Amino acid sequence: MITAAMVKHSAILAAFAVVTTGVVVLTANATKSQIDHNRSAHLEQRLRAVFPQPQLDEQLAQQAQVVAPSPLLGTKKPSLVYIAHQDQENAGVILEVVAPEGYGGAINLLVGVDLQGTITGVRVVPPHAETPGLGDAIEVKKSGWIKGFNGKSLANTSTAQWAVKKDGGKFDSFTGATITPRAVVNAVHGALQYFANEQHRLLAPEAIDSTLGEAPDADG
Amino acid sequence: MLTDNLKKLAQEGLWRNNPALVQVLGLCPLLAVSSSLVNALALGLATMAVLALSNLGVSLIRNLTSDAIRLPTFVMIIAAFTTCIEFLMHAFTYELYLILGIFIPLIVTNCIVLGRADAFASKNKPLVALWDGLMMGLGFGLVLVALGAMRELLGTGAVMANMHLLFGPGAESWRLELVADYKGFLVAVLPPGAFIMLGLLLALKNVIDARVTALKARHQAPLQRGSKRVRTTGDIA
Repeated sequence: MITAAMVKHSAILAAFAVVTTGVVVLTANATKSQIDHNRSAHLEQRLRAVFPQPQLDEQLAQQAQVVAPSPLLGTKKPSLVYIAHQDQENAGVILEVVAPEGYGGAINLLVGVDLQGTITGVRVVPPHAETPGLGDAIEVKKSGWIKGFNGKSLANTSTAQWAVKKDGGKFDSFTGATITPRAVVNAVHGALQYFANEQHRLLAPEAIDSTLGEAPDADG
Repeated sequence: MLTDNLKKLAQEGLWRNNPALVQVLGLCPLLAVSSSLVNALALGLATMAVLALSNLGVSLIRNLTSDAIRLPTFVMIIAAFTTCIEFLMHAFTYELYLILGIFIPLIVTNCIVLGRADAFASKNKPLVALWDGLMMGLGFGLVLVALGAMRELLGTGAVMANMHLLFGPGAESWRLELVADYKGFLVAVLPPGAFIMLGLLLALKNVIDARVTALKARHQAPLQRGSKRVRTTGDIA
């Protein structure tokens, strides 16, 4: 008797598993291309925001190379660098940068730099854990603060000036939040130093082949 | 008869047995996602869809399962619908999907959904169960939206910011700045604000209920005290 009930119940459960999984698989297939499209469009949009040059040769997202972790980038894992090309020439790079000392933990940034080492744009990559209403003014949606980096370089801003005004530097901080802007300013400064040190290797034509061997972490 | 029943179900879901205000279920997403109106509305709609569809599904198969295996089958149905909704949001409301993140798959664990499936849908006909799911979901969603609107207004001085995430580019101008040059009231947007506002909503509901009961009692009182005489003797017929 018990065996009969067990067999019946297992059969019903199995049937349910098959049907529900089938529904999920169908939906996944139906939405897959749209989701992939969203992902790449979103990435491209983010990259364009920090490197807004209109006549680039190709999609920025396709020009990624992996670089080893560096304290100047704030990275502990290999990260990506996107190379922008215009008329078959290098036009600049976009660096993935981490500001490890944010108020709510690490803040991920994208920093665009042209060949002269001048910043073309900086954006925060969500999610971040900065305080809503205070530290989240680093988001371009909340305030224009992050655009203050545009046009800055190591040449036109001295090392001492790469700090918030409270620390004697050139950059504003927000009312009630000093830690967040300080972390971002330091991270952007680090990114420029990294670019100055590494630009020959990054922009050399063979760089892509030599670095692609190191795969990024799956969760990157 | 049927319409009376449906009306009663609507009253239960929206007010008398409101999942958020009376049963106080599903608080985790309620508190976490209600920091702005657009987030609240999106999660409210997603929860309502899952609740209605899973109620319908559970009701359709209620005679196929036995007591011993009913819960695993319910969970499979609920999980399947939630995953489908997640895929759809990922495909068609991408930025909102990024904002709501983990709270979409967590709809599976919302006690309201399994609660209604087991307590109601498994004992009622499909269309009635669908209606119950819609009404319970609407009741939950309305509280979520009210909370989102209150927190967004107090926190930022405006409501309906970023509605284009849900309704497309045309909705970008829907933002209503109600208090000009508002400095922001931070605690409303932070998690403690969610608890405080929900407390206020619960209190408001209790006050309204108490008023209504008192009003009804007052209306009935004269009738009972009144000078109506009832003849108790003689030939009534």
